[in-house]
Amino acid sequence: MERQILAYRRENGKVGIRNYVLLITIDDISNAVVEAVEKAVAGTLAIPHPYGRLQFGKDLELLFRTLIGTGSNPNVAAAIVVGIEPKWTTIVAEGIAKANKPVEAFWVEGSGQIKTIERVMRTAVKMVEDATNLRREPVDISELLISLKCGESDTTSGLGANKVVGRFTERFLSIGGTVLFGETTELTGAEHIVASRFKDEREREKFLKFFEEYQQLVKSQGVDLLGSQPTEGNIAGGLSTIEEKALGNIQKIGNAMIDGALDYAEPPKGKGLYFMNTSSAAAEAVTLFAAAGAVIHLFPTGQGNPIGNPILPVVKITANPKTAANMSEHIDVDVSAVLRGEMNLDQAADMLWKRVVETANGRMVKAEILNHKEFVLTKLYPSA
Amino acid sequence: MLGFLVHKDGDDVGVAVVDLKKGETARGRTLEGNTEYEIQVQQDIPLGHKIALRDIEQGEKVKEYGEIIGVATKKIMKGEHVHVHNIRTLRWG
Repeated sequence: MERQILAYRRENGKVGIRNYVLLITIDDISNAVVEAVEKAVAGTLAIPHPYGRLQFGKDLELLFRTLIGTGSNPNVAAAIVVGIEPKWTTIVAEGIAKANKPVEAFWVEGSGQIKTIERVMRTAVKMVEDATNLRREPVDISELLISLKCGESDTTSGLGANKVVGRFTERFLSIGGTVLFGETTELTGAEHIVASRFKDEREREKFLKFFEEYQQLVKSQGVDLLGSQPTEGNIAGGLSTIEEKALGNIQKIGNAMIDGALDYAEPPKGKGLYFMNTSSAAAEAVTLFAAAGAVIHLFPTGQGNPIGNPILPVVKITANPKTAANMSEHIDVDVSAVLRGEMNLDQAADMLWKRVVETANGRMVKAEILNHKEFVLTKLYPSA
Repeated sequence: MLGFLVHKDGDDVGVAVVDLKKGETARGRTLEGNTEYEIQVQQDIPLGHKIALRDIEQGEKVKEYGEIIGVATKKIMKGEHVHVHNIRTLRWG
């Protein structure tokens, strides 16, 4: 197993594998500014979104944590934050500045869109010059923060792709790596197994609380998730019940023990394997992992899911031979040979390891090549 | 050719790794074990869908991964397709 990768060592010591100059908006009404600058300045990346006005309480805290975490992510070289008003814009820019990277804040109020675009452009030009002058250096792969989430799963996920990721995860943890997983509701039916893996009783209690809160949230709406879990795609692929889906889901963590439970977008406190409370919707979960500092995401899929993220390479792995053939433009690692009995899990994990090294060194994944930049904020309740 | 894989010894269902056709004799084995199976396929079963490894009575719990994945809503014969038409979740009511 190759361990050395070429990556960016950031000022705060964290390791990134991409090098973005990120244009962050605080609110929906500032999207136009970052979208204009992204078109005008090569090498910038805008992440517009539909929220950020009149949010309050925990929902506002999560907005700040997600935007600050995204700007602080080691795949980001420098960030520009744009909002309508100075107060919230400054809060997010100051949060990102704690990661010791270049960050500037601009607000539209008082000067208008055209002047703001000009100011942002001038700063962006300088940031792109500086970012593209940074060099990759040799780093041990165990310094990466890797996140896991599957999607459009079918029975080939639990049998193949998720198991391969599980084998990879066991190896990566054994050399001191750090891994995040989540999907709170999709653990229904396997939550007892996840709970049994926590090393620490307090962390186990935290996990069970997150799990129970989600169950209560669903119940409080007077519905159950039977109509949406498993999804239509899951059922077409052969998954019959949420229990079966959950048991397949947790194959991604192999037999590893869990070090802690984290809330939405909360960075891990140390090395090891961490559960994060997340929605099971792919883009929402990956956005939260990125905000917690993940720099590469492993995404096993059965029926095929095109999801990507603006700042994380999302590596697609499938064991379904039909998906590997029919949706080849979305699949990075084809492990269908496992299903044919022609490849064992260790050989498949070797193949995935090699691709993770290549991706870390700069090889683009299909989701990046196909322009998938899903940045989806988790909203806890309506805005005021 | 391998027709289906079984997660764990003692499971009630296997997973088709090719499209299985009614009437054929399908061979299977546990994913990382040595237990081998040979089953007469009773219905067409698409790749990724489950095949019953034994007769399952209505109301019996069904095992995969060595864990319970649901309950049989009708009698299922060995070799039949196991899916939403004959098993259901034990969660969410």
